[in-house]
Amino acid sequence: MKAFLILEDGTVFCGSSIGSDREVISEIVFNTSMTGYLEVLTDPSYAGQAVVMTYPLIGNYGICEVDMESERPWPDGFIVRELSRIPSNFRSGDTIQHFLQKHNIPGICGIDTRALTKILREKGTMNGMITTHVYEDYGEPLARIRKYQVSGVVKATSCGEKYEIGPSDPAKEPFSVRASCRPESLVRREGEGKHVALLDLGAKNNIARALWERGCRVSVFPCDTRAETILASKPDGIMLSNGPGDPKENREIIREIRKLYESDVPIFAICLGHQLMALATGADTYKLKYGHRGGNHPVKDLSTGRVYISSQNHGYAVDPDSLDPMVAAPAFVNVNDNTNEGLSYVGKNIFTVQFHPEACPGPQDSGYLFDRFIKMMGGKE
Amino acid sequence: MPKNPDIKKVLVLGSGPIVIGQAAEFDYAGTQACRSLKEEGIQVVLLNSNPATIMTDKDIADQVYIEPLTVEVVEQLIKKERPDSVLPTLGGQAGLNLAMELEESGFLAENHVRLIGTTALTIKKAEDRELFKETMEKIGEPVAPSDIVEDVESGLRIAGQIGYPVVLRPAYTLGGSGGGIARNPEQCREILENGLRLSRVGQVLVERCIAGWKEIEYEVMRDGAGNVITVCNMENIDPVGVHTGDSIVVAPSQTLGDKEYQMLRTSALNIITELGITGGCNVQYALNPDSFEYCVIEVNPRVSRSSALASKATGYPIAKVAAKIALGYTLDEIKNAVTKKTCACFEPMLDYCVVKMPRLPFDKFISAKRTLGTQMKATGEVMSICTNFEGALMKAIRSLEQHVDCLCSYDFSGLDESGLKKQLEKVDDRRIWVIAEALRQGMSYDQIHEITRIDHWFIDKLAVLVEMEKALEEGPLTEELLREAKRLEFPDAVIARLSGVNTEKIKAMRHQAGIRAAYKMVDTCAAEFAAETPYYYSCFDGMSEVLGSLGVSVCPEEDEAPGRGFREAGSRSDKESGRDQEEASGGRDEEPGRDWEEASRREGKPDGGLKKKVLVLGSGPIRIGQGIEFDFCSVHSTWAFAKEGYETIIINNNPETVSTDFDIADKLYFEPLTPEDVESIVDVERPDGAVVQFGGQTAIKLTEALMKMGVPILGTAAEDVDAAEDRELFDRILEQCQIPRPAGHTVFTAGEAKEAANRLGYPVLVRPSYVLGGQGMQICINDHDIDEFIGIINQIAQDHPILVDKYIVGKEIEVDAVCDGQDILIPGIMEHIERAGVHSGDSISVYPAPSITPAIEAKLVDYTEKLARALHVKGMINIQFIVSGEQVYIIEVNPRSSRTVPYISKVTGIPIVPLATQVICGHSLRELGYNPGLQKKSEYIAIKMPVFSFEKIRGADISLGPEMKSTGECLGIGKTFNEALYKAFEGAGIKLPRHKNMIITVRESEHEAVVDIARRFENVGYRIFATRGTARVLNDHGVKAFPVRKLEQESPNILDLILGHEIDLVIDIPRQGAERSHDGFVIRRNAIETGVHVLTSLDTAGALATSLENRARELTLVDVARLS
Repeated sequence: MKAFLILEDGTVFCGSSIGSDREVISEIVFNTSMTGYLEVLTDPSYAGQAVVMTYPLIGNYGICEVDMESERPWPDGFIVRELSRIPSNFRSGDTIQHFLQKHNIPGICGIDTRALTKILREKGTMNGMITTHVYEDYGEPLARIRKYQVSGVVKATSCGEKYEIGPSDPAKEPFSVRASCRPESLVRREGEGKHVALLDLGAKNNIARALWERGCRVSVFPCDTRAETILASKPDGIMLSNGPGDPKENREIIREIRKLYESDVPIFAICLGHQLMALATGADTYKLKYGHRGGNHPVKDLSTGRVYISSQNHGYAVDPDSLDPMVAAPAFVNVNDNTNEGLSYVGKNIFTVQFHPEACPGPQDSGYLFDRFIKMMGGKE
Repeated sequence: MPKNPDIKKVLVLGSGPIVIGQAAEFDYAGTQACRSLKEEGIQVVLLNSNPATIMTDKDIADQVYIEPLTVEVVEQLIKKERPDSVLPTLGGQAGLNLAMELEESGFLAENHVRLIGTTALTIKKAEDRELFKETMEKIGEPVAPSDIVEDVESGLRIAGQIGYPVVLRPAYTLGGSGGGIARNPEQCREILENGLRLSRVGQVLVERCIAGWKEIEYEVMRDGAGNVITVCNMENIDPVGVHTGDSIVVAPSQTLGDKEYQMLRTSALNIITELGITGGCNVQYALNPDSFEYCVIEVNPRVSRSSALASKATGYPIAKVAAKIALGYTLDEIKNAVTKKTCACFEPMLDYCVVKMPRLPFDKFISAKRTLGTQMKATGEVMSICTNFEGALMKAIRSLEQHVDCLCSYDFSGLDESGLKKQLEKVDDRRIWVIAEALRQGMSYDQIHEITRIDHWFIDKLAVLVEMEKALEEGPLTEELLREAKRLEFPDAVIARLSGVNTEKIKAMRHQAGIRAAYKMVDTCAAEFAAETPYYYSCFDGMSEVLGSLGVSVCPEEDEAPGRGFREAGSRSDKESGRDQEEASGGRDEEPGRDWEEASRREGKPDGGLKKKVLVLGSGPIRIGQGIEFDFCSVHSTWAFAKEGYETIIINNNPETVSTDFDIADKLYFEPLTPEDVESIVDVERPDGAVVQFGGQTAIKLTEALMKMGVPILGTAAEDVDAAEDRELFDRILEQCQIPRPAGHTVFTAGEAKEAANRLGYPVLVRPSYVLGGQGMQICINDHDIDEFIGIINQIAQDHPILVDKYIVGKEIEVDAVCDGQDILIPGIMEHIERAGVHSGDSISVYPAPSITPAIEAKLVDYTEKLARALHVKGMINIQFIVSGEQVYIIEVNPRSSRTVPYISKVTGIPIVPLATQVICGHSLRELGYNPGLQKKSEYIAIKMPVFSFEKIRGADISLGPEMKSTGECLGIGKTFNEALYKAFEGAGIKLPRHKNMIITVRESEHEAVVDIARRFENVGYRIFATRGTARVLNDHGVKAFPVRKLEQESPNILDLILGHEIDLVIDIPRQGAERSHDGFVIRRNAIETGVHVLTSLDTAGALATSLENRARELTLVDVARLS
């Protein structure tokens, strides 16, 4: 079936429908990762957006459910150049075609995704519609497309109620140098370890998994949990997760985070969590022209000068000019465009990063930050 | 970390002659690195024995030494030039080995020279098997169970413990020489014996066979501060068991999920960190397709063939960045040369698919086994880029120039299921064609996978192509079907063959429907950032990014690029282009931008404000007969055109070369060199002319097609190129000029050939017209030879007539010249040491010609001038003569650049290619400051020595003849003939004497001739063994020779002697003609495979004797950059 992608600037791409054939309006963003389409699809930070994969061949290794970063796919739509006819991987349990259908995610394939990416790069992220309906006149849909705004997505992606993940047994398999590569080895076990309160703002599974691997007991709290409730659980540290949407929209959460800031509990925050902490402490955020989404962004750790390749997915950034030097200082910077990639808070056991040390998809190079967090909580690295 | 201020003068080591496993990729890397160093104000001293390289140009380095790559030479050079640092990581294994020897001997420390780019410890950790294993174990990186052995018996014991099959890998050899898979103790013994001898340190690794696992490679980089990145990962379609150089490789990996991808990526980064490499590194993995189990196969702590491929596949210039890192820069301080906005510390993201295919030499070595294994056999490779895998594969296939253009090109339809299964078990270069046939016959993916272990995903992609073949055959050829076929990169010619619709009609249909190639940019970042590098590939399912092409650029910024392209596209209103975008992307209904095409046709070419455009056609994959020399010529011509104010456009498909580096020409199209692919580019670029005389036969073959497209051929006109190749036309010209040639006839059938041969009298030389490297050329001594040979020629597609010439014994002379249409400049005359009959590419060539009289010289000059004028040559001409007595015959004229041009340019200091290019642009030689005629002889003698890779190609006959067999060359340059000759032999790796034992076995007709040579070897201390007949003749003439038994006689016979490792040299002169003695073949093969030098021409043997008689004590090192 023919499908159309109509952009808010009037550009129309024609391709074939994949997944559901329902019509959807969303914010169109592109991701440059060459692998990890399932992790992208199940990353809650994409709620309210439709994702373009710049790599043209998608679905090659099928669907392996344990690689999912949350219970379900979140993007409103999926835009690719070509879907593989067959999946080929020893862990694959499904095809991407079926997966999209099952979850009622509409999509389009067979379009020039590079041309689309260039439009988004030049004109900035914009809204678009994926539809199988043939419009005689684009005026009406264009009006609807232009009106669309991403909202309420944190609440939609956060967990409904609190749950716990136990600490791990450090025993490793012979070849398992990096157990995070073996998601099937993730088994919740009881034991001792640091207690981390994870505020789920639309968290990817691997944040909890990274802490779990390091022996932590993780309590996951819904996004609308009051700070008092979190602190009452007596955590050794608090983790603010990634999440979707415009950070400024989350006024209540920001208020609660301010309270967490004022506590003496060590805090580590990723992505949206990083932005919210900045907003909670008086700094400002702004929308990037077309965001950073992919697995190849270099970020410099300003304390060591080392550069790490990071996994990224964000459309907003903290404005470093808005920082009060008495409160927070830049800790990481993006080597490509000098945007802020992390902050360390003055006089506090708090550090936050814009990128994704939990990877999945993407490079695992900055995983050491979890170790830093463990150390901050008084644990062993 | 800024540049280390202590580094001021760097010695860069090249990789020497092109052999299998070490080819043009090191010229690419070395050239890029030297330019990168010079950018930083570093003085560069270059050492490489290979004169055909671009890196040995005076524009690339400050001091250039084309000398043998031996420890003695490097030591002497360091003392002479006093560099403060040596950069050994760009010269392949050869460079690395040299550096190790110098470091181990303490020479570098004594002379206060540091190694940069690596350390001795790093090299050891990566290359010494035991240390490597220890290092990997230390950081928890798995390697296959293995052990190192130094003798055959322990090897067999270890193999028994690990369990067969086992893989055997000799340490410190290139291209996996001497390695292999052993399935039983007998095979194990055989490979061990050979491998232990070939290893520089006498070690062989015996390891668990992981054949059938996925083979994955990562190219990673690290700087001195410890920052690490991955440039690219690659997946071999052929599972572990086939050398990666012989595998079809795809980038990025296709069947790895993010978990596997990141697992191996992290592993590669851990390894480069642990090894402490500062620069680039290649890590090869075997990945169990059914689990996360993997093991590290190999680490190359230097730039390699894979890094060249990764550079071209991603646009990330590894060698350039590695050179900067060696100077002390960190990755984040180095600019991304592609985007010019971001830095080199990032990982390229591809939004296309890259396929590399090996160019195997089985068309040259008809008798060789086509089997592929752990020992590399490919002489070169092609790469292609497309938005889908099928398209990339189809493009790669037709780039090979092996008469293949689709999956039907090898016909296995005669095989039934069991036949196909048997064929599938044979791992050879035609395997994907066999799979295609199996799919056609309905074999299941599982069955095919079971036998080949090739991943289902790739099998499915082949099935997509097979299904398209069928759809085209069944028809009708609708627009939709045609569009899909083109998306999969089916050439029009293939569509025509399958559908029965002729190509003209298909082309018309395509243009009607707007199905045209669009060009996309390789930008390292999947369009995330605007890039400035004009590096393009084609696809049929997108909008073009090249200005002026059909379909509108969607990027306003690029529309406004100044000074380039056509204004029409950019000047259209936004509204219009918005509409067009929609149509273009929707594209299925209406032709994108057709109105533009009409508009531009009406308005004609943009006016004089824009530069003239020239298309430079590259030479495709490196193969025997068409090597790196033509890349040298293409690149120099491109630079010269740029200096003349042209906008330059290169089309080529060889990832190993300098010409496909993105900053050589103004635009690079990484595309197959077929008429259709070139035409698509011509449609977009509309060049003012094309130059074909520098790209070897690949470019010459496109002349006719270019003319049909209306592209003027710059330089010598196409008709004149034809005249040189067309027997009758050429004979007429020779007659006019009164130049004699060996009598001969043009024939079409074997019958006619025999008739002609008998009229001329045997021996005769038989060859197809239009050949390069003597492909399909043979001396025939009787009717039987002709029958057999013509049978072989006909196997290879043959559109051209066959030439039968009288074979004349004489001295072979070669001349390269530049003609401006009026005057002719002859840089020098070269003489071959081997008499006519040995292909000029396999002959030792001496400049200036040592043994011709002034009268002959005058005749040669006269003939050259007459011919160049008669053929209206504008640019280059290459002529080969035979001198017999006082008679000069012409045997071949090529109105194009030749293999000898780079070397003669360097020795004479005359920039022949730039000169020819300037002439093509309309300058006269006199205007350019040159006096026409034969130039003054250089004060140096230069000897070009062919280098062979026979030990790599099992079953190949090594005897020299009119068919070219060498893969590369080196140069010896000296004040005297003897010194030059000595250096040439050293450079070619013929380091004698060792044991001072040799074997001579010659055919009867040469018995007398061999006496003198044998005596000379005896005089330098050689003990001579000879077969009975030869021995008797030698002893009769007072040369002591020990008779040995023939091959078929009982042991100990000649073979035992060879295998006994005490022999330096075998001189074996086979009888001429197609029918070669089986004995001789076995002896030669065994000798080669045991590492014994074999000479099959008495002339070469004589030269070697001369070299041994005059062994130079101290060599004079010549800075070629100072020659003029």
